[in-house]
Amino acid sequence: MKPKTLFDKIWDSHVVDSISDGPDVLYIDRQYIHEVTSPQAFTGLRKRGIRLFRPERTLATADHNIPTLHQELPIREELSRIQVQTLSDNCKEFGVELYGLGHPYNGIVHVIGAEMGFTQPGMTIVCGDSHTSTHGAFGSIAFGIGTSEVEMVFASQCVLQPKPKKMQINIDGKLGKGVSAKDIILYIISQISASGATGYFVEFAGSTIRSLSMEARMTVCNMSIEMGARGGLIAPDETTFNYLKGREFVPKGADWNRAMEKWQTLKSDTDAAFDKELFFRAGDIKPMITYGTNPGMGVPIDGCVPQLDEIPVEQQESFKKALKYMGFEPGMKLEGHPIDYVFLGSCTNGRIEDIRAFASLVKGKKKAENVTAWIVPGSKHVEKQACDEGLVDILEKAGFAFRQPGCSACLAMNEDKIPAGKYSVSTSNRNFEGRQGPGARTLLASPLTAAAAAITGKLINPADLI
Amino acid sequence: MAIKKFSILTSACIPLPAENVDTDQIIPARFLKATSREGFGENLFRDWRYDKNNQPVKNFVLNNPEYSGKILVAGKNFGSGSSREHAAWAIFDYGFRVVVSSFFADIFKNNAMNNGLLPVQVSETFLRNIFSEIEKDAATPLQINLEKQETKLLSTGESETFEINTYKKLCFLNGYDDIDFLLSKKDKIVAFEEKRGS
Repeated sequence: MKPKTLFDKIWDSHVVDSISDGPDVLYIDRQYIHEVTSPQAFTGLRKRGIRLFRPERTLATADHNIPTLHQELPIREELSRIQVQTLSDNCKEFGVELYGLGHPYNGIVHVIGAEMGFTQPGMTIVCGDSHTSTHGAFGSIAFGIGTSEVEMVFASQCVLQPKPKKMQINIDGKLGKGVSAKDIILYIISQISASGATGYFVEFAGSTIRSLSMEARMTVCNMSIEMGARGGLIAPDETTFNYLKGREFVPKGADWNRAMEKWQTLKSDTDAAFDKELFFRAGDIKPMITYGTNPGMGVPIDGCVPQLDEIPVEQQESFKKALKYMGFEPGMKLEGHPIDYVFLGSCTNGRIEDIRAFASLVKGKKKAENVTAWIVPGSKHVEKQACDEGLVDILEKAGFAFRQPGCSACLAMNEDKIPAGKYSVSTSNRNFEGRQGPGARTLLASPLTAAAAAITGKLINPADLI
Repeated sequence: MAIKKFSILTSACIPLPAENVDTDQIIPARFLKATSREGFGENLFRDWRYDKNNQPVKNFVLNNPEYSGKILVAGKNFGSGSSREHAAWAIFDYGFRVVVSSFFADIFKNNAMNNGLLPVQVSETFLRNIFSEIEKDAATPLQINLEKQETKLLSTGESETFEINTYKKLCFLNGYDDIDFLLSKKDKIVAFEEKRGS
């Protein structure tokens, strides 16, 4: 038999039908929905007079457009309140399980999907959110879709998708001091650009990836979309199985053993062909920071903004526009630059390990006076765990306020907006113009780098503080 | 809901040469609170189009009366970032029927096609020529012929073919909708589920 990639194995086993010179009809095992990209899909069903074809395969949460303070009170802003209420009404009408605001399982869709074990190896998973790629960390094909496609899954449990090309990104070696999963992915994107993997589905492999925890793997896969990839995945291994065992939706007893038999086959065959292969060394990666307005504009934090002549001619206009927006000059040193805000959270870095990392660096120190910091757990579960482990205590003693779960300042749909012109060191995934609020200047970084900035009030290499 | 039929369009263009135009620029997150599909055109490119006092930014192309038309011509890597379909809705709602660029982000491309907004990918050279013809004459007509899969600058006669799969082409020509197609496949889907035992 022809050697196959992991991606091919999963994709091919989910093809219901193929349209000649057209997309495949791809069966979807799991769909996650949230309040922002689902209402129009439910409206579509209503207009057609149809129900969800397989409601048990969809799970809903409210996360994008909710406050991160006083969640026990009604949402103040009317449009947001209506949007969240619409999700509840729709889920009730169409029989979809909802972990709404205040529910003990509520949280950011890509955080709860994993912690509940609804996401499992070998599955096809979609959500009306581009960071659905997060779930690829479990060896599944997970990708973001638009609302019309959400409606397709509601109606038929399938989407129409052209099969993407395949890329393998290998990272080998040991990570240096202060370097984490976020730095790996920011480094890769800085090397291949924000569109370097468009049209591809990426498999991350190599000894560095194998050494990562599940949460770290999720951080890497989460940002696959930021290099344009349709998604990213990692073959499941003992780390994956140990993480999954015992979680809510994961098979138990004899079913677990049957599942394991299948899951253990989920890897790319030796000699399987990829359309593109890239190789990186972990030792080349330093703590990273972005200086521009797309996630590909990143450099080591102890480095400098590139000079104009280092940028290809056709990209120089965009580069100049980005620097003007950020208030930076070509060639300037970034370390020591004062900052105003720190945001720890999001589907990229809002898990317990991220909060542990942040807390480890700020423990026994004080938040810098010039910094406003928002620490936002990714889910109710993470919130509880942070309390139980004494992390909230450490953070509060160091002067940090711990908020309630949600997407928060990652996309600033709620009230958590960074003011115009202010610098925000953010553990989220996008530094687009206005992403964190109109005029906000976002610097993407790891939880450790964010912690270092929070206690010193400026950009600094976290390795210097460890 | 069927999409709007599309076969041939001849129109002046609105040029937006910026590269990496992401969906947060097309429609910022704070305008995603509506629960219907309508009205997003009002906030298309909101933060480039209006200043912080909600006054139109004079030098932004949508505020320049010299330019009009149903074709948006944009720089490389258009529509990157968020999966929000609101970006495609906003562009369509504003009145565009085609976006021309040398490169599109994947999710945006799917979203556009699912809403009758045709993404037309051209070579970088042709894109440069289109921009330069628009610079010479703001009213220069561009013709998009879906049947022939051809983009043509009528002023110079220069043309280029573009790719679209046969399935999607038929959807555009006939106004077909993916959901009707999928619903017609129900028997196959059920058979698939039974075969794999789930």
